[in-house]
Amino acid sequence: MNKLTNQRAWWFVLPVVLLVAFNAIIPLMTVVNYSVQESFGENMFFWSGVRWFEEVLRSERFHSALWRQILFTGIILVIEVPLGLAIALAMPRKGPWVSVCLVLMALPLLIPWNVVGAMWNIMALPDIGLLGRGLNALGFTYNYTRQPFAAWFTVVLMDVWHWTSLVVLLCYAGLVSIPDAYYQAAKIDAARPWAVFRYIQLPKLKYVLTIAILLRFMDSFMIYTEVVVLTGGGPGNSTTFLSIDLVKTALGQFDLGPAAAMSLIYFLIILLFSWLFYTLMMRNEAR
Amino acid sequence: MMANIRLQDLRHSYVENPKSDADWALKRLTIDWADGGAYALLGPSGCGKTTLLNIISGLIRPTEGRILFDGRDVTDASPEERNIAQVFQFPVIYDTMTVHDNLAFPLRNRGVGAREVEERVREVAEMLELDTTLKERAAGLTADGKQKISLGRGLARSDVNVIMFDEPLTVIDPHLKWVLRSKLKELHQRTRRTMIYVTHDQTEALTFADQVVVMNEGEIVQTGTPIDLFERPQHTFVGHFIGSPGMNVLPCEVAGGRAIFAGLPVESANAAAYRGDGGRLELGVRPEFVSFAETGIPVDVMKVLDVGRHRIVETTQAGFVIKMLVPEDEPIPEGAAHVRFAEDRTRLYRNGWLVT
Repeated sequence: MNKLTNQRAWWFVLPVVLLVAFNAIIPLMTVVNYSVQESFGENMFFWSGVRWFEEVLRSERFHSALWRQILFTGIILVIEVPLGLAIALAMPRKGPWVSVCLVLMALPLLIPWNVVGAMWNIMALPDIGLLGRGLNALGFTYNYTRQPFAAWFTVVLMDVWHWTSLVVLLCYAGLVSIPDAYYQAAKIDAARPWAVFRYIQLPKLKYVLTIAILLRFMDSFMIYTEVVVLTGGGPGNSTTFLSIDLVKTALGQFDLGPAAAMSLIYFLIILLFSWLFYTLMMRNEAR
Repeated sequence: MMANIRLQDLRHSYVENPKSDADWALKRLTIDWADGGAYALLGPSGCGKTTLLNIISGLIRPTEGRILFDGRDVTDASPEERNIAQVFQFPVIYDTMTVHDNLAFPLRNRGVGAREVEERVREVAEMLELDTTLKERAAGLTADGKQKISLGRGLARSDVNVIMFDEPLTVIDPHLKWVLRSKLKELHQRTRRTMIYVTHDQTEALTFADQVVVMNEGEIVQTGTPIDLFERPQHTFVGHFIGSPGMNVLPCEVAGGRAIFAGLPVESANAAAYRGDGGRLELGVRPEFVSFAETGIPVDVMKVLDVGRHRIVETTQAGFVIKMLVPEDEPIPEGAAHVRFAEDRTRLYRNGWLVT
């Protein structure tokens, strides 16, 4: 068989190459460029090798931001995924309430992130906010601008409010796509509700759950706007997550080298975790 | 343990307040299924056969009428209480379980002891030739293997009243269809369970069943052995739907106890029974019982189709097509010819139904 050599085809690929170059490769390479050089005023750059990477990896500040980030993402995943699945299971499959539920669920997703932050900021204020005043009236001493625990509580609550819907909608879509015959067969086989969940719904939801977990992992690992508006990373550094720390380094202190090195490490961590999640959840498929 | 099943005065509609005839998916029917029988429910898509099946299994509650298992009213009983098994159009298996656990699932759910479960699973796996795959994950099997698992879950239970099949061969490769079909027949003979097989494929129905129930537009048009359906269709629909090609249905009149088609008298088995009460009159005769003759109905030969041992000849008279089946060694005249209908195989139908 003769191979066709038609070099003109490259012209058709060119637009995509340009697009990818401008929106991914060039910005990424700029960051790589910064991460291996020391910068001075008037655009003077000196080669510094892997110094910034070593510095970031050894820095106490980076470690604690990373730890906070992992803790935060872990907590919201543990809450949002089971909660979202439970809500999706409880939602009606037929009738007029379906659209009502879907709209209600979609609402939080439509609100801009800084608005979400502002809403929760005001709502959680201990003197005038509904949540803040309510909690204090119930006898809890709650002040998210002073107590790290209260700040964490508010940030987690806000994220659960904002993003559980995404898990709900994905799971719901997965649930309604299960053919009726499966439920009918389960009835005929005298399966209890738990067995229906365990052997029909959960296996059929595997892919959407994988997607939901991946999306929530990546998004929450990069959370920025809502937290900045709500707590500004405080009190102290108690809610300074990776992205907030990164912005402080890059734009607050203008340490471009360390910030670039940090970005790349950050990027690789997300990549690594995503790959890990995906491989773990899909490992049975190969068989 | 098994049961005679009786459906009494059944009607079903998917519409809230059925008004017109078309609102009824099932129009009033009564039918008995004897214990241990092999039945087929045959009809075109949308004729109500799946509705009827789901009513028997308890997945749908009929709008009107009762379902009796050995005289016991089970109209409001759940599928679980009715002790039935069903094989669906698309294989339904529990993906994450092994083949063994799939077969054991309905037994374990019913609290059957571990030793008996093992015994039953082995026996069923052996019958279905699944014994070598017992330890594999069910999701890895081919479509026919999966369909065997769904069937096996029904066979594994010793107390099943009836096993129902809803077009079970839809997703099976053609070359495996006949293997599974003869397997089903063999299983029926071996286990003597009542089986109801729903299909729109006449070959499947006629090879599997002892009794075929033909449905059309929510009604049962005939119940009988495959031979009955072929030789004595009670309705022109049965004549046309069963057989390849189907029965010729020709408009006619009746005068002096004789049928008259296109101005020519035609001898038939039952025209004398016609009581002169009007209605749409038709003559039905299968292509197998039409032959060329010296005299008779003048026709024009239009088309000849060779189908192996026979040829299908299409002729016309006064604009009506008369199909006939001619053995391969018989000559076929060209152009104008005469045909005869075998008298005892030619029947008069009034408004679609056989005149008696």
